[in-house]
Amino acid sequence: MAVATAPTTSRGQRTHKIHVTVNGVPHDVEVEARTLLVHFLRENLNMTGTHIGCDTTNCGACTVLLNGRAVKSCTVFAVQADQATVATVEGLEKDGKLHPIQEGFHQEHGLQCGFCTAGMMMTAVAFLATNPKPTELQIREAISGNLCRCTGYVNIVKSIDHAARVMRETAEGKA
Amino acid sequence: MIPASFEYAVARDVADAIQLLGSSGGEGKVLAGGQSLIPLMKFRLAQPGLLVDINRVKGLSDIRENGELRIGALVREADLDMNAIVRERYPILVDTTRVIADPLVRNMATIGGNLAHADPANDHPATMLALRASVVARGPKGERVIPIDEFFVDTFTTVLAPDEILTEIRIPKRPAGGGGAYLKLERKVGDFAIAGVAAMVVMDEKGRIAAASIGVTNAGPTAIRARKAEDILRGQSPDDKTIAAAAAAAAGESKPWSDLRGPAEYKLDVIRVLTQRAIRKAVARATGGK
Amino acid sequence: MAVEIGGIGQSVKRKEDARFIRGKGKYVDDVKLPGMLYMDIARSPLAHARIRKIDTSKALAIPGVVAVITGKDLVPLNLHWMPTLMSDKQMVLPTDTVLYQAQEVAAVVATERYIAADGVDAIEVDYEPLPVVVDPIKALQPGATLVREDREQKDNHIWHWEVGDRAGTDRAFADADVVVKQDLYIPRIHVSSIETCGIVASFDKVEGKLTVWMTTQAPHAIRTVIALVAGHLGLAEHKIRVISPDIGGGFGGKVPVYPGYVLAIGASVLTGVPVKWIEDRAENIQADSFARDYHISAELASKKDGTMQALRVKTIADHGAFDAAANPSKYPAGLFHIITGSYPFEKSFVEVDGAYTNKPPGGIAYRCSFRVTEAAFTIERLVDVLALKLGRDPAELRMQNFIPPTAFPYTSSLGWEYDSGDYGRALRLAMDTIGYADLRKEQAEKRKRGELMGIGISSFTEIVGAGPSKNFDILGIKMFDSAEIRVHPTGKVMVRLGVKSQGQGHETTFGQIVAEELGIPVADIAVEEGDTDTAPYGLGTYASRSTPVAGGATAIAARKIREKAKLIAAHLLEANPDDIEWKDYKFQVKGVPSKSKTMQEVAFAAYTNHPQGMEAGLEAVDYYDPPNLTYPFGSYICVVDLDRGTGEVKIRRFVAVDDCGTIINPMIVEGQIHGGLTMGLAPALYEQINYDEQGNIQGGTFMDYLLPTAMETPNWETAKTTTPSPHHPIGAKGVGESATVGAPAAIANAVVDALAHLGVRHIDIPITPWKVQKILKENGVAE
Repeated sequence: MAVATAPTTSRGQRTHKIHVTVNGVPHDVEVEARTLLVHFLRENLNMTGTHIGCDTTNCGACTVLLNGRAVKSCTVFAVQADQATVATVEGLEKDGKLHPIQEGFHQEHGLQCGFCTAGMMMTAVAFLATNPKPTELQIREAISGNLCRCTGYVNIVKSIDHAARVMRETAEGKA
Repeated sequence: MIPASFEYAVARDVADAIQLLGSSGGEGKVLAGGQSLIPLMKFRLAQPGLLVDINRVKGLSDIRENGELRIGALVREADLDMNAIVRERYPILVDTTRVIADPLVRNMATIGGNLAHADPANDHPATMLALRASVVARGPKGERVIPIDEFFVDTFTTVLAPDEILTEIRIPKRPAGGGGAYLKLERKVGDFAIAGVAAMVVMDEKGRIAAASIGVTNAGPTAIRARKAEDILRGQSPDDKTIAAAAAAAAGESKPWSDLRGPAEYKLDVIRVLTQRAIRKAVARATGGK
Repeated sequence: MAVEIGGIGQSVKRKEDARFIRGKGKYVDDVKLPGMLYMDIARSPLAHARIRKIDTSKALAIPGVVAVITGKDLVPLNLHWMPTLMSDKQMVLPTDTVLYQAQEVAAVVATERYIAADGVDAIEVDYEPLPVVVDPIKALQPGATLVREDREQKDNHIWHWEVGDRAGTDRAFADADVVVKQDLYIPRIHVSSIETCGIVASFDKVEGKLTVWMTTQAPHAIRTVIALVAGHLGLAEHKIRVISPDIGGGFGGKVPVYPGYVLAIGASVLTGVPVKWIEDRAENIQADSFARDYHISAELASKKDGTMQALRVKTIADHGAFDAAANPSKYPAGLFHIITGSYPFEKSFVEVDGAYTNKPPGGIAYRCSFRVTEAAFTIERLVDVLALKLGRDPAELRMQNFIPPTAFPYTSSLGWEYDSGDYGRALRLAMDTIGYADLRKEQAEKRKRGELMGIGISSFTEIVGAGPSKNFDILGIKMFDSAEIRVHPTGKVMVRLGVKSQGQGHETTFGQIVAEELGIPVADIAVEEGDTDTAPYGLGTYASRSTPVAGGATAIAARKIREKAKLIAAHLLEANPDDIEWKDYKFQVKGVPSKSKTMQEVAFAAYTNHPQGMEAGLEAVDYYDPPNLTYPFGSYICVVDLDRGTGEVKIRRFVAVDDCGTIINPMIVEGQIHGGLTMGLAPALYEQINYDEQGNIQGGTFMDYLLPTAMETPNWETAKTTTPSPHHPIGAKGVGESATVGAPAAIANAVVDALAHLGVRHIDIPITPWKVQKILKENGVAE
């Protein structure tokens, strides 16, 4: 094993100060320009609920909401999230109460190994905000940027439908 | 997969972006949606020295129709899909945007990026060829309007200078009797096209095709216009024989290559079949159907 | 009562969900230790080359790069080669020659993940290209490019393996009325669990203790392997702790030991600092173990009336540059000789030859028991080929030939003893569910109109639950598995197992087994796996073995507890143990329901008031050596419509009838079947890893390796029959892989059926649209 003799300092690449609000909590962090949003969340903020599955913008395991939109955080630089809001799986549960999408995935057995689950749920949350009463096909289209290897999607579709139903009932109850 | 280091600058406006690009000694790249660029950077196939982030530039994200349809280059695919004008009058754009990558990518990906990246497998190029669109580019010498036919040079290469920025796409207003459709064959959602065909027709009052334009995805180093097919259609009624002849001509003008998405010979057949189906759908839309 | 307990047969919601839906799962990449370094790996761009020089100076000059490891550095440690599970050896890092593209060439250790990647980018290697052989058939020809110069044997032949009656089978074929033959290629594919592989290795120099968090399906076996491979470096097995935390899918891909693991362990041992290595997706697909890659030639002999008589199969198995298959030691071609399937062949003979090529090593399962999908696909395709030859309906021909329910236990002509089955019942249910007769009518009408639809059947028999110790071992370690149950004084239970869930829901289902046996609510039962410091030794989770083997251990350990508990109950009830019965989840004095004790009461007594002379406490361990394998089965029917213009295959409906014996949790079983079906669909229509003549991978990322999304995946319809295993303690057979085994043939058979009237007999998977369209064109029926 050849051992480096150079000093172990950072590379002198200019860093950028960013201000990002994640799940309602503001963070001021200095990052390299090339830091991917997913690594910023996982490494800088230690929020490891967001996963990395493919590196090529295919699998959606890294899906988070950036200013309310579902995006693949492995294909966004953290500097792009400066002054933005980010929502991750860790923020779904509020005051000890699960989000309907979390309940849906649990009730309908929408997860097995759990690795794609955060991305699936975040995609679904953004989707249901725009389409509260989706058809099965619309749900399938909505999650077609998220890969799951365990479930065959059938129960994920049911989970999202379950959440949609609960959210509609809650909304009607409030109205 | 980790990108190499780069400098990063946020452009305040288009002029600022042009200045930043100009100062980068050819090392600069525009960061818009980033959905093609960032994966390339993660493979280290692209290692720009400077990324000029134009996402905060105002005025590049509008969709307006006055005389012609003007789409800001920063319009995200998802927004194009949801736009009322587009949904009402340009269903071919809805066809196109909905088959680009996947819904999450479409939340970031921009129409300008889809064109400027000049990947022959991208979908907007063929549609813009069929729509007879122009693109607006701004550089240090000012603004120029480039007809889409002159825009694509080669795979990943356009006529844009390194310090020019694509700012807008202009699409002629849909004429009376006009209709269009884009069809794409892909093996699965998110995969590159095996082939795609965009067809626009204008029908006259006698039910004949007064004008036609056809663009083809993945038919060569750039998206192509199937001019012979257009010639065959012009002035004819859209019967099976005419459509079949035009479709055969479109395939004849295409030069796809063999790859993981099929042998070239197969792709020619797909182009022929999709051309037939796209023309039929365009005619149906032009004549009031869906 | 049963519902409150959450015992066997209940769709208990999963306990493990609580952390996953909150983003609180703990996967290997979530482990972060103080001072941890990151490792990244430089890989060969060429498939076969001599390494002239590796220049690491630029990498070492990058601030933050701590070290670079090359093959030469490993030689003094004797770590440059490692043994494979199949008695072959594999390079950890090459000293002079690379044998496949993406092979590990050097490792960079740095203070940050990003800097490690920069280091890899800065390593310069001077290669001298060598001739490449990628086709195993060419590789076996005389004069072929030699892949393995290190072997004494100077050709690419690895092994020959055969089973059955060669002479008798040849005679049966010579005498047969009808013989059909089909060549099939089952391509190389990759499991591609959404989590890639990775490790955090942490060596404590003071204690001499190595702790690794690792994406492994078999933590105990890994511990032993580390001790065997690196024992000479001072790593003793009692000071090695392997933790397999939450695993993001395994499917067989997390059984082998990859060079990256060894390098990270080596780097931590040498630096005394924790080292993390997480591979990216390209590395995962391009270098980790592949599955399948079998070139099969199969023949079936039958009587004129369709009675199947004999089966003869010759196969060439491509293993890449090293035979790193994950099979039981005795079976280099796995359990491929389950290939007689659901049919009582009188004579059969199977031979397989392994070949080296300049491709990545492997030969793992892809969500199936060892080589069982290859077998099921071959026989179920071949039956359809026979049906076409005889002009018979494929369902009817199967019904005529199935091993009858009365014949079980049934010994196949290749030596397996099938435990139980009722194949006709499963197929009938599938036909009724999908409306088989109506579909055939519809197909006939559509054919007249030139429309193409097809109906495909697969009536597969699986072989899982490896396995009985007389035949099954890996590196000599017998394939038992284990459970340890402790009932605490307050009646709460801790269960520890030698297997390791990767999403199968063990924390729930194994709790249900214990709940059923002990009458303690499943909510009060904790199940732990994957930590070799606490869990009993076991061989891990793959080949659908958890329920058949560890499930047996769990039930028996619980029964041991119940036996002791009965004595305590008798003591508490002041009755003779012979007068105590276990009824309604309680110990009762026979005939006196009012005199009873719950398990909780007994548990408390076991620590507070146990009989004099008896050991205190209430716990048991069982190492279960299954008496036989289990044989799940099922019948699947798939309906497809073909696009005459593009050749696209659209799955209209898919009905899966599975029989996995006793079902512990129907919700989880159905989920396993859905997932298995999707991993059956994937290779049938989408996935394949190809190499060009230079050995360049085609399809090495998710951009080119096509996992189906929710849009391509049909809405699977499931149904079940239940034929318990007579030898398993709770009658369960295992289900995680059945659907992956059974589905590809149903889909392929459906597509062939849609084209059968054109004379089509077979299409190799994946059935791409261009393969279909070519047939349509050749027959003049393309749009």
